[in-house]
Amino acid sequence: MNEPLLRELVPAVIGVLVRRGADFAAAEDAVQEALAEAVRVWPDHSPRDPKGWLVTVAWRKFLDAARAETSRRNREVRVEAEPVPGQCEAVDDTLQLYFLCAHPSLTPASAVALTLRAVGGLTTRQVAQAYLVPEATMAQRISRAKRTVSEVRFNQPGDVATVLRVLYLVFNEGYSGDVDLAAEAIRLTRQLAAKTHHEEVAGLLALMLLHHARRPARTGADGRLVPLAEQDRRLWDTRLIAEGVDVLQAALARDRLGEFQAQAAIAALHADAQKAEETDWVQIVEWYDELVRLTDSPVARLNRAVAVGEADGPRAGLAALAGLDPALPRHSAVLAYLHERDGDLVTAARLYAEAARSAPSLPELEHLTRQAARLNARLRG
Amino acid sequence: MAKYLLLKHYRGAPASVNDVPMEQWTPEEVSAHIQYMRDFATRLESTGEFVDEQALSSEGTFVRYDGEGRPPITDGPFAETKDLIAGWMVIDVDTYERALELAGELSAAPGAGGKPIHEWLEVRPFYGEQCTVTE
Repeated sequence: MNEPLLRELVPAVIGVLVRRGADFAAAEDAVQEALAEAVRVWPDHSPRDPKGWLVTVAWRKFLDAARAETSRRNREVRVEAEPVPGQCEAVDDTLQLYFLCAHPSLTPASAVALTLRAVGGLTTRQVAQAYLVPEATMAQRISRAKRTVSEVRFNQPGDVATVLRVLYLVFNEGYSGDVDLAAEAIRLTRQLAAKTHHEEVAGLLALMLLHHARRPARTGADGRLVPLAEQDRRLWDTRLIAEGVDVLQAALARDRLGEFQAQAAIAALHADAQKAEETDWVQIVEWYDELVRLTDSPVARLNRAVAVGEADGPRAGLAALAGLDPALPRHSAVLAYLHERDGDLVTAARLYAEAARSAPSLPELEHLTRQAARLNARLRG
Repeated sequence: MAKYLLLKHYRGAPASVNDVPMEQWTPEEVSAHIQYMRDFATRLESTGEFVDEQALSSEGTFVRYDGEGRPPITDGPFAETKDLIAGWMVIDVDTYERALELAGELSAAPGAGGKPIHEWLEVRPFYGEQCTVTE
């Protein structure tokens, strides 16, 4: 059975149920139940019209649940078996679902979970595994999120920026368990890009494609992190890079720059270099200038300092670092790198060790410890 | 089967025999150490004895309730003298002897000069479930 195809149908089927008069939370539950039934039944009896099948089964599940609910409350049956005429068909249900699941009233963790289930069609168990929390915890997170958005009208226009933040969070989580969150984020962003003509949606899609293209080179055979400059560029996925560059160019041509397009442009310049030495650092610095202008983010300034160090030498990089809060994540790692390039190995070794102690992840801790060890070994002679 | 916690300390455990900070090892020694730890966990999975493994950052703060309507009091980051847990592995094994044996193997992870670190690990039994059948 084609599970990706099945999951692609989920948002549209939820949309149909909502248009027929189901509230979002009940529709979403019903579609999840229909999915579970599809997984059971389809291997033996594959339907000719998968979406029609899902709509029929999900609607039946919804009616069953609604009747049970109504009789529990001992009221008359209000829900008729006949679908009520829907509201305006021109509204794209899938798009509305993206907005609803990334609604600003939700915390980031809830928005991520709800998006993966209602838009992505993942089961609660899959979402829980991907985020390494117990299934019961994730089930609670999702049902609370659904309660939070229960008052939001389904056809309300939403803010694309909040949706993009959620998709970016999913992408950055990488992958664990049997769900590849990065690939799932790309699928959902691709689907969103097909439904809107927002430049930043295209920008984010390009950014994801360009980063994903490098994934095979980012980790060594023994699980170690391989920094960009040392990656085996033959392992980069040229098909993804080409697609990312195309998507980005089309977006940039519309001349409405945003932070994701700027980040994607930086990623594209890296992807462009056959060897690390051929990287166009001057242009990368220019894009970081744009990024800093757009976001005023300290993290962007920190990364800009690395690029300045490559374009204009380590002293210039160190000068660009001045004034940034030393408590910024990866600040000491950048400082260590620039000092090493400047030839001050003693300071660099000390800073790498310091950076290792405050590393945000185990692979980074190991990488920075190795860097400190490498310099200390050189210093011992 | 019984579960045991193998606890590794940044600070607070007696000093290990081969006590050289990791950044003073060679990069190859660092890699060999990390590989040993990975292989150890993989092997315990294959014997059906692995439960969980987590590493903790060296940052930490003590926190306590300070009364109704007041924000909690914090004490930290931890002073140099405080015990500091670095991480743990949870194993599910048949006997206490097996838990000790495995902790010993973990403590033999290679360090500076490729020699075992001989670091002290704390082995702590979990409370078990109430037996269904009691005489």
